[in-house]
Amino acid sequence: MKFGILVFPGSNCDRDVATVTSGILQQPTRLIWHSDTDISDCDVIVVPGGFSYGDYLRCGAIARFAPVMKSLQEHAAKGKYVLGICNGFQILTESGLLQGALVRNRDLHFICDRAPLRVERNDLAFTKKYQKQQVISLPIAHGEGCYFADADTLKELEDNNQVVFRYSDAIGNITDDANPNGSVSNIAGICNKQGNVLGMMPHPERAAEGILGSTDGKALFEGLLEGLLVNA
Amino acid sequence: MKYQARIFVTLRPSVLDPAGTAVQSALKQMDYHVDSVRIGKYVEIVLDADNEAEASQKLDEAADKLLANPVIENYRVELTPIA
Repeated sequence: MKFGILVFPGSNCDRDVATVTSGILQQPTRLIWHSDTDISDCDVIVVPGGFSYGDYLRCGAIARFAPVMKSLQEHAAKGKYVLGICNGFQILTESGLLQGALVRNRDLHFICDRAPLRVERNDLAFTKKYQKQQVISLPIAHGEGCYFADADTLKELEDNNQVVFRYSDAIGNITDDANPNGSVSNIAGICNKQGNVLGMMPHPERAAEGILGSTDGKALFEGLLEGLLVNA
Repeated sequence: MKYQARIFVTLRPSVLDPAGTAVQSALKQMDYHVDSVRIGKYVEIVLDADNEAEASQKLDEAADKLLANPVIENYRVELTPIA
């Protein structure tokens, strides 16, 4: 099972992800420079957090045209797994792999904190190690993490059960107070219809070992790994 | 033919603009009572094209693909021949 992690100029969570996949999970892991085009050796592609191309113009707007992105589209179309975290989520929406867009936080602040999240579905490889409606806590760190989708798109996401994580309070209530950035319907992460592409603003890779204060994010990677082994 | 394009990218009306709201409240504190403030982006491009129609078509395409995100933004292009 091989993980590939895309690296754009300005990516800064690439090695954090590699620490989890290669270090903790002991899986072959390759960092993939944005100008590479052959990613066929990888089972899972992670689009990591950071500030690709300095976030100039809009977050993820320029990264979406990097040479590697065409290969990522093909990888996703084959049903292989793609995980976009933070800036990676922004890149996936800009590229059309996921619906909606990420805009500036409601209160204008860059938020660096931990946020409770409610797991909305656990029938995906990414979430199979969680319980449905389980509340987990993951670090968030973003200035433009407010998820936006128009009413029709939002309805489609809800109808197709594509909302994977929502910001909640500590016991799983979805309230405005528990919404750190103003995301529509408290959305923190969504998947595509097929369920093989997941984008999320919180950082599971920053909560994957005890020394970091939480292991709530580790289960996401473990679930993915298990999903791969089942499919193999 | 060379053209200068001025492209105005604005948030769609349905999208919250917290930066605009913050500026509006600052203006209010300064005793300027304005009805609304929306903050967008302004892009200047110089390009070659055979005629205005071609320039306009190229810029629309570029704006749709990269300069604006149609999910959250609208854009308007102004064109002037410069040489």
